[in-house]
Amino acid sequence: MNAPVILDRRRVLQGGGALIVSFSLSRAFAQEGAPAAAKRPGSLATASYLDAWLRIDADGRITAFTGKAELGQGFKTAFQQIAAEQLDVAFQAIHVVTADTQLTANEGYTSGSHSMQDSGTAILNAAAQVRELLIAEAARRLGLAVEGLKTDSGAVVAPDGRRITYGELVAADMLHVQAQPQSKLKDPATFKVMGHPVPRVDIPAKVTGGEAYVQDMRLPDMVHARVVRPPSYGAQLVECDSSAVEKLPGVVKVVRDGNFLAVVADKEFQAVKAMNALAAAAKWKESPSLPRQDDLLNVITSLPSQDSTNRSDPSVSGQKTVEATYTRSYQSHGSIGPSCAVAHFVGDAMTVWTHTQGVYPDRQAIAEMLRMPPASVRLIHVEGSGCYGHNGADDVAADAALIARALPGRPVRVQWMREQEHAWEPFGPAMVTKLRASLDADGRIADWNFAVWSNTHSMRPGNAGTLLAAQHMAQGFAVPPPKPLPLPEGGGDRNAIPLYNFANAHVVHHFIPAMPLRISAMRALGAYHNVFSIESFMDELAGLAGADAVEFRLRHLEDARGRDVIEKAAQEFGWTRDQKPQAGRGYGFAFARYKNLAAYCAIASEVEVNRETGRARLLRAVAAVDSGQVVNPDGLTNQIEGAIMQSMSWTLYESVSFDDTRITSIDWQTYPILRFDAVPDRIDVHIINRPGQPFLGSGETGQGPAAASIANAIAHATGKRLRNLPLTRKRIKDAIDA
Amino acid sequence: MMTLKVNGQENHIDADPDTPLLYVLRDDLKLNAAKFGCGLGQCGSCTVIVDGKAVLSCVTPLVLLEGKQVTTLEGLGTVSAPAPIQRAFMEEQAAQCGYCIAGMMMRAQALLLRNPKPTDAQIRAELQPNLCRCGTHMRILRAVHRAARLMDTADASANERSGQ
Repeated sequence: MNAPVILDRRRVLQGGGALIVSFSLSRAFAQEGAPAAAKRPGSLATASYLDAWLRIDADGRITAFTGKAELGQGFKTAFQQIAAEQLDVAFQAIHVVTADTQLTANEGYTSGSHSMQDSGTAILNAAAQVRELLIAEAARRLGLAVEGLKTDSGAVVAPDGRRITYGELVAADMLHVQAQPQSKLKDPATFKVMGHPVPRVDIPAKVTGGEAYVQDMRLPDMVHARVVRPPSYGAQLVECDSSAVEKLPGVVKVVRDGNFLAVVADKEFQAVKAMNALAAAAKWKESPSLPRQDDLLNVITSLPSQDSTNRSDPSVSGQKTVEATYTRSYQSHGSIGPSCAVAHFVGDAMTVWTHTQGVYPDRQAIAEMLRMPPASVRLIHVEGSGCYGHNGADDVAADAALIARALPGRPVRVQWMREQEHAWEPFGPAMVTKLRASLDADGRIADWNFAVWSNTHSMRPGNAGTLLAAQHMAQGFAVPPPKPLPLPEGGGDRNAIPLYNFANAHVVHHFIPAMPLRISAMRALGAYHNVFSIESFMDELAGLAGADAVEFRLRHLEDARGRDVIEKAAQEFGWTRDQKPQAGRGYGFAFARYKNLAAYCAIASEVEVNRETGRARLLRAVAAVDSGQVVNPDGLTNQIEGAIMQSMSWTLYESVSFDDTRITSIDWQTYPILRFDAVPDRIDVHIINRPGQPFLGSGETGQGPAAASIANAIAHATGKRLRNLPLTRKRIKDAIDA
Repeated sequence: MMTLKVNGQENHIDADPDTPLLYVLRDDLKLNAAKFGCGLGQCGSCTVIVDGKAVLSCVTPLVLLEGKQVTTLEGLGTVSAPAPIQRAFMEEQAAQCGYCIAGMMMRAQALLLRNPKPTDAQIRAELQPNLCRCGTHMRILRAVHRAARLMDTADASANERSGQ
């Protein structure tokens, strides 16, 4: 039988000492004619053994493993659908285990809309190959040819009706074989589970008060800790008499290590009170280090940069030329639940339950911080509040680990306070783009120049120096030097290269190493601002050409799937060349293919602008999306709806504020976001399904198009072009009055 | 030591009188649904019902709750026997990360208790104090409308059974 095994990841990854059995698969897939050296699909390329992804127990229980973390995107349900479909079992027959350094493959971060593409593809192919292995084994036992055998509800069925269940067929190490590059995938026309709107597996607990989040964990003998963070970046703790705090009711311990300060108590509110007392006792030396918030354009563009250029034919140029500069403020992930983790140090082993997006890289960083071997540190992903990128998750995991080390044997739960999340999370970087283009006599774009100034968009762990606790310790770790994320996906230059066909396109990425504010990955990275810029500028150029916005985009786009989503969104919106909105309203349109290689998304919107107050409200949005083969259509719709709503909030309201020393946007009053009074009347999402096509990540594809679509609608409503994000009420009012 | 009535049960609570209700629910009574979001009464993720009204439990001290009835999401129903509002949120798949959802549901429940047939504008106005970051607002609105219909149907069939 295939007993539950804890995989030895190193052995599996190195292939050392493992028996590689692939003859049965080679035979099964011989007709595919796959070259032996072909790359395995999705994350099978890096974790190639089938039993890294699927386990079948003798009693027929099936477990699917993913190294990705469920963040509220719903992919846990989608993976369950994929495995059930390809294994020919009921949806309920599969149990999905998510990111855990002891149980699942190392799939890096859950980011960049890669989950379906990497992990979904791995599970898809692994499940299909496991099914073939089971059929081959049944054929051997029954003395029949594989061709006549079918699978049904967890069993292989012979033409004469004999059935052998998967549990009976599976044997020790049977799935411990390397995947083949090609799989016999089921015909999408026969799908019973994939492609259907299956209710999410996590929602019942979330709507009934079940234990659904790391915040809800209660381990025996657990204590509660709170951290006292410095008041500003680089502040030094000069004095802290904690003797009075230590005598407060319930206080178990005050932990101090350099500038790292925390207090532990039996009960949670005791910890909060003690944190307040400790904060009052702590004296810090601060130094002003922050740039001027009201001059971000010059601050960003005058920092030293490393430039990279992507150029085509520079000799072409047109007749009418326009230029524009667009900016984006620093923005917050703004998770509703402040980050939280539970850590438990027993013997010489540390276990951390965390909502990190990368259990393996975060383990690496925490192990380095604790100066422990990574093998002695286990990170287990448990859901937290939605993160939308690199928020405080990794930092609070490090906080919990550092505190737990000082309290061996006691599980320690740490949750950040609201003002800590707002002040200390790594923000989405401020950005500047400068565009110049000219039109030829036919109203086509003849040359296109695009320059973007940006920090990196990832300061994620891997190194201890990325963690606040490690930075603040007495024997602290330095922040590692930032690196630009390479194209084609890119970071600051994500989606900087236009998908449109221009005779001459010249794109420069000014990568800025200096980071005056703490920054990292936020949903869509540079694509949010770059698509906002490109798609706003396309409208400016369409206006110059006297062309309709949709027609002007199609004029410059050859990509057939891109054209399809543009046409679909326009048609479903009722977009026409001569459309006339009501007074005070405007229509806007925008399109992008995320990263130029993931999902396609086009959004048409109608916005109302109050000319007296400058208040803009999105009334309706119609989106069309193509993310390849769709697994859970309702899950995809939910993602796109959410992307439009969140991007609308970023675009209309959101900006991190700071003085010369401190972050001053530290709660929902000082960092306002979307509330129900601004919620649209309706949002419609239309999916163009592509059965049999690869999964294309869709979690971030809506961010850029939503922003530009709204900006274009505001320009249409007011006759004024706003180029600085966020497009606040004041900026709109000032533009109207100018 | 004071007595606190939660979801119909009397509980003896040993906590300082200034302890916010949220911490009593989560820490003393081991209830999960009410969530810490801001501790400032700005986000609504801690919303519970006290004597029929939506209350922000993160800024409501224990001392104010003597003799009052506290209801949390756990008190409405279970996965196997969900209340109409819970069924509605499941049927509309009205969650992404879901962290804000318990608070949304309790505020909506309080509205439906006093106004069984709210207009869309009334629902939006009622939910104004509650923040959602995933952008699930459209589904939340649909779920509250659905809950109103489900409660109406449940009332109608209950009335039929009792011969009214």
